[in-house]
This record gives sequence, C-alpha cells and structure tokens, in this order.
Amino acid sequence: MAAVQETIDRVKDIDVDQYRYGFETVIESEKAPKGLSEDTIRFISAKKNEPAWMLEWRLEAYRRWLTMTEPTWARVGYPKIDYQDLYYYSAPKPKKKVASLDEIDPEILKTYEKLGIPLREVEILEGVERPAAAAETDADGEAVAPRTKIAVDAVFDSVSVATTFKEELKKAGVIFMPISEALREHPDLVQKYLGTVVPTTDNYFATLNSAVFSDGSFVYIPPGVRCPMELSTYFRINERNTGQFERTLIIADKGAYVSYLEGCTAPQRDENQLHAAVVELVALDDAEIKYSTVQNWYPGNSEGVGGIYNFVTKRGDCRGANSKISWTQVETGSAITWKYPSCILRGDNSSGEFYSIAISNGFQQVDSGTKMIHLGKNTSSRIISKGIAAGKSQNTYRGLVSAHRKASGARNFTACDSLLIGDKCGAHTVPYIEAKNSSAVFEHEATTSKISEDVLFYCIQRGLSQEEAVGLVVNGFVKDVLQQLPMEFAVEAQKLISISLEGSVG
Amino acid sequence: MTALLEIKGLHAEIASGRKIIQGLDLTVNKGEIHAIMGPNGAGKSTLSYVLAGKPGYEVTAGEVTLNGEDLLAMSADERAAKGVFLAFQYPLEIPGVATLTFLRAAFNAQRKARGEAELSSPDLIKRVREIAKTLNIDADMLKRPLNVGFSGGEKKRNETLQMALLQPSLCVLDETDSGLDIDALKVVANGVNALRAAERGMIVITHYQRLLDYIVPDIVHVFAAGRIVRTGGADLARELEATGYAQYQSEAA
Ligand SMILES: Nc1ncnc2c1ncn2[C@@H]1O[C@H](COP(=O)(O)OP(=O)(O)OP(=O)(O)O)[C@@H](O)[C@H]1O
Ligand SMILES: [Mg+2]
Repeated sequence: MAAVQETIDRVKDIDVDQYRYGFETVIESEKAPKGLSEDTIRFISAKKNEPAWMLEWRLEAYRRWLTMTEPTWARVGYPKIDYQDLYYYSAPKPKKKVASLDEIDPEILKTYEKLGIPLREVEILEGVERPAAAAETDADGEAVAPRTKIAVDAVFDSVSVATTFKEELKKAGVIFMPISEALREHPDLVQKYLGTVVPTTDNYFATLNSAVFSDGSFVYIPPGVRCPMELSTYFRINERNTGQFERTLIIADKGAYVSYLEGCTAPQRDENQLHAAVVELVALDDAEIKYSTVQNWYPGNSEGVGGIYNFVTKRGDCRGANSKISWTQVETGSAITWKYPSCILRGDNSSGEFYSIAISNGFQQVDSGTKMIHLGKNTSSRIISKGIAAGKSQNTYRGLVSAHRKASGARNFTACDSLLIGDKCGAHTVPYIEAKNSSAVFEHEATTSKISEDVLFYCIQRGLSQEEAVGLVVNGFVKDVLQQLPMEFAVEAQKLISISLEGSVG
Repeated sequence: MTALLEIKGLHAEIASGRKIIQGLDLTVNKGEIHAIMGPNGAGKSTLSYVLAGKPGYEVTAGEVTLNGEDLLAMSADERAAKGVFLAFQYPLEIPGVATLTFLRAAFNAQRKARGEAELSSPDLIKRVREIAKTLNIDADMLKRPLNVGFSGGEKKRNETLQMALLQPSLCVLDETDSGLDIDALKVVANGVNALRAAERGMIVITHYQRLLDYIVPDIVHVFAAGRIVRTGGADLARELEATGYAQYQSEAA
C-alpha cells in the first residue's frame, strides 16, 4: 500500500475544514425556469429530444410524486426542502455543437483537470500521468501494475459533457454513453430496462428523479463480453440552487462482466444542494456487475452550514441464474447521506455483496446500509460495513436481509463494525432480518469501538503526528473494504479517508 | 563524557492524582547502558511513558533534557524525531496495517520532521529486510498486520526491528526480555548490542539478570516507590537476584 505515505503527506498539506474540491467554475449555463411543474418536465424532455413515451413516463412519475410524502424514518434531520425553489435543469451553454473533446468549453475541461479526472484519452494512453510507474511498490515491495485504462463519462450539472474511449468500447460491442443519448440511439434497450429495478413508484426521491432526471450514464454489455476497461462516471454539481438528478442504468447481458466506478464532487456553498440519483443494475444469467462509488460531495463547513443532501436510490437486480452484483462504496462527503444500495437476488444461485466505508465528521449525518432480498434458490449475500464517526456526526448502518418463502438455501453473512473518534459523535446499527424460509442461514456480527488512545500513542511514539496516526489506524480498520476497490480507486479513497478525518482529534 | 539524558528532581502523577514518580534523578551519558530494576508497580513503565510523552501522565516537578534540549516541552512525535525510542512492555496491535507499511510511515515521518529526505520504498524495504534477517524475523511477518496475532516473543523482536530501523539516540527498553525463549533472548540481545554506539544511550528495564548477561550494563539502578534508591555496577544486578527488593521497599516506604 504505497499510498499510506501519500495519504499522510496530503493530510499535512491541507488545513482543517478545507474541502479540496470546493471551487466553482464560472460558465454560462442554460437553465429550466425555477420550480417544478409539468412544464418543467416538458422542457427537460424537449431539450433532450426524447421519444414521446419517455415524456409520458416522466409525467406519470410526477403525478405520482405529487401524492407522496417525504420519508422521515431515517436518522437524519434537516429543514424542509422547498421543491419550488430549485432549478431542475442546468446545462453548460455550448459554444457550438461539440464533436470532440477539443471543442468542449475549456473551463469545464479545467474543472475536471482540477478534480484529477482524465478526460483526454491520449494522455492516459501515453501514460503521461505516471512516468515512474515502475518505481511504485506496494507494502510487500512488489511492483504495482501501471495505470489501467478507464473510460470516463463526465456529468457536469445536468449534462454529460464528455465520454472517452467510445471507439474502443464500440469495437467490443459495449454501449457506454449518456442516458440522454441512449434514449435517442437505443430507445428500445432503454425502454426495456428503465424503471424495471427501481419503479417510478418506488419512493419519494426515486419518483422525483423519474420525473426530472436530466442525464446519467447508460451501459450495456452484450452477452459473453467482458468489458475491456473500467467504466467510470464523474458527477459534478456546479450551479447554485440546482438539484442534480442523475439516472444510471447498467445492463450486463448473459455471461457479461463490467466494473463501473462513480465519483462525485461539488463546490463549497452556504446553502444546501439536493442530489437525488437513481441507479439501476440488471445482471442476466451468469453475468457480473461490480459497482464502486467514491462519494465526496461537499459536506458543509465546520459549523454545519451548507453541504449536499444526498438522497440516492441504488438497486441491483440479479435477474438471471448465477448472476452476481457487488456494491462497494466509500462515503465521505455530503451533509446528509440517505443511501441503501441493494440487491434483489432473483436468479437461482445468484449472489450479492455490499462493502461499505462510511465516514462522518463535523456535523455530517449518514444513514446508509443495504438490503439483500433473497428470492431465488441457493442465493447468497455478504455485507461488510465499516462506519467511522468523528466530530459531532451521526453514523447509522441500516440493513435488511430477507428471505422469501421460496428462497430455500439462502445464506447471508453480515459484519458491521463501527469506530468512534472522540466522544461527541454517535454510531448506530439497525439491522432487520426476515427469514420466511426455515432453511435460511443468516449470520450477523456487529462491533462498536472507540479508537484506542494507546494505539495512537504507540504510532506517535514512532514519530507519526496525531492526525497521521488516526489516518493510519482508520485505513487499517477499513482495509477489508478498500481491497474490494479497483487499485486506482483504492489509492484515491485512502487519501480521501485521511482528509475527511481532518480535525477529528484533539 | 557528555550527558545524553538528564533527569532532575522529577515528579509525575497519573490522571487520578496518584503520585508515581517521586523525586527521580538520573543522568545517562552518551555510549552508556543503564539497567533499571525494581519491584512490580514501582513506576518503571511510568518513567518510560513520561520520557516518551504519553498523554495522561503529568509532570508536576523537575526537568528532563535530551542533548541539552528541554524534552518535556516537546510533543511526543517531536521527541520521537529527536531520537527517543520506547520498546513497549506490551506492544500494541494495529489491525489492517501491514508491519512494513507501519515501518515506512514511522521512518519517513521522522525523516520529514527532521527535514531529511524520505527513503524510497524499495530502499526502505531492502533495509528492513536486512535487519529482519539478523533478528530471525520471517519476511512473511512483515506483510502481516502489525503485532496482530504475533506471539509474545515475535512482538518483542518486532520492537527491536523498529528500534534498529529508526536508529534512535535514546533507547528505552521496557522488559524487552519478557516472553522471550532462550534463543530469542540471544537474538534480541545481539540486536540490541549491535546498536551500542558512542553517540547512543540506553535504559534497559528488566526483572532478570538473564538479560543482563547478554546486554552488559555500565550502571545498574534499583528503582522503588518512584525513585532510584541505589546505584551500582553490573554486579548489583546479581546481588539483587539473591536478595530481592524487600529491603528497598521498606527503605522507600
Ligand atoms: N494509567 C494508569 N491508571 C491507573 N494506574 C496506573 C496507570 N499507570 C500506572 N498506574 C499505576 O502506577 C503504578 C506504577 O506502574 P508501572 O507500570 O509504572 O510499574 P512498573 O514498575 O513498570 O511495574 P512492572 O514491573 O509490573 O511492569 C502501578 O501501581 C500502576 O497500577
Ligand atoms: Mg512495567
């Protein structure tokens, strides 16, 4: 783990309470009129040149949403959101129609550069970013593989601005494009799967998303294809008072495999911003989807002012036999996180995994976990959750494991570990278990511990500063989950973990 | 002879207000090895913590200098960077952090604090492996999380490894011999002896002459009830083995 030292350097360089991605990009944008109405939805749909059925689908969701009430069961508190005081669509105004990366507004490219997200394929191909790849070694002194190729779809406010490696993916038969484009180019595929995992009626935020989502990524991996590279989407909220509602749909056809990464940042603002995304995954027979997230939305300042409200619905459907869906998440940002990536284990012998690191500091509130719904025969699931609470934050794991009446041979293993740093924060574990089939075997382990002063002193006696010591111990605590991330992401996540714990001690 | 460590009139207590160190004077010159022996609960480990700057131990009187600098004014990590090393009586476990990762973090943190260049990973790994070999530490152990599941003897060897890597100027060894079998004792003692140097001083806390057969001290102190009650040469340790501490405990009380 070559990154530990980097992590430590990084921590040293940054002042407490400085969100590294908190800059704003000044750019002309085109917005829908403020507020939510059927007209707003028609505006969005028209902007996107959507097929008529899509508009109908949205309007239906909107009408449904009007009848729903905001959920209050999560352990999070926030002032009432005024849904009429938001913009639902904001697109960077194109200088002209964009045909290649060179024509994208340089301000946007600069933004992604600052974020460290490679949009220029050529640079990655030539390995410009890491000339000394050979010198990189992990903890065992073995050389670490040089940077792998990652195809990136960058979403800026409501609109996808660039997708890299399109040609190469096309050769493999992989479809990876903004969902707005997929609606025009592959309407049948989208229509076949959209809303089949998270129906428009699912929950308050998902229904809202169905009505107003503006963009997101669409992935289709044809039968038997192993996607030749990692696919990645970076979401960036830039505009003020703009809700971001992305919609991601990933389908792995029979025997296909894909690993998908999602990263998110936002500028630093005093007011709260709403983020309500929906992610749907479909794995057919023998297919596997690995979905990793590093969520780093702006968490608000040290007084608890500002930050993103992150209300996300993520669900995977193991629709085919022997299919597998694996969620890995590193949640460090947002003022409020409300998020339960789940698996529906419908196919026989299918399996679901949830690996989570959720860190809260300052005044952050995290209510996150997973649902594993066992429907098919001999299905299995595994949940490893690591919660770290510091500052005055509240960190809740909420999980459901259920076995349907017909789900014979269902197995689950759950391990929830919480680590407390300081004595003004809280960690809570809320597991629900429902086994309607007597052959189900569900195991649950949970621990809560305070970071050990003696261990910290041991590190400090060897020369580490207090913050370096905390970073090291926490990185050790979450190691099992970090290992699930693709290498590139693991390094980034490690840095982020240390940074997000800044000012958590002393 | 130049003094490396000077302790004068030291008093220290724990959070409850209980006084543990009560009027301690000790000078360790460069190149010297001092052995400290004394009954359980006398305050030997407490002394090591006070020198290392562990939170929760308050110095109420006295002064401590290292190479003439006020040690008590420094934070614990500064003291480490200045060369204070404590081989713990009970080394701590850090789950999920590979031993090598820990060693690298510590080594480079100290270098950085001293304004020196960090060592590249391959160079550091090479250095660690060389030391590990002399201490009979298996290369596989370096990949394991620090001290997790290590046997008592393995932990003590690991402390010695860290000490040899960090090359401190003041080594405080707190019962490094406990938990070691005869062979391991020799290996560790050889490791410690290899660190004997004109610029370095050591305080070896132990209950047994056995260790001092291998690490021969220049000076032996009897520590009871929070202070040094007798000082002698290497033969004092042998005498103690025969007589025990009874006389000193009553003296101190
Ligand atoms: N943090 C603490 N809280 C309560 N008591 C403490 C603490 N630290 C030390 N003590 C007490 O102070 C006294 C001295 O302890 P210390 O560990 O320094 O003794 P020692 O000389 O190292 O003994 P041993 O030979 O058994 O290792 C003991 O009575 C111990 O219980
Ligand atoms: Mg002791």
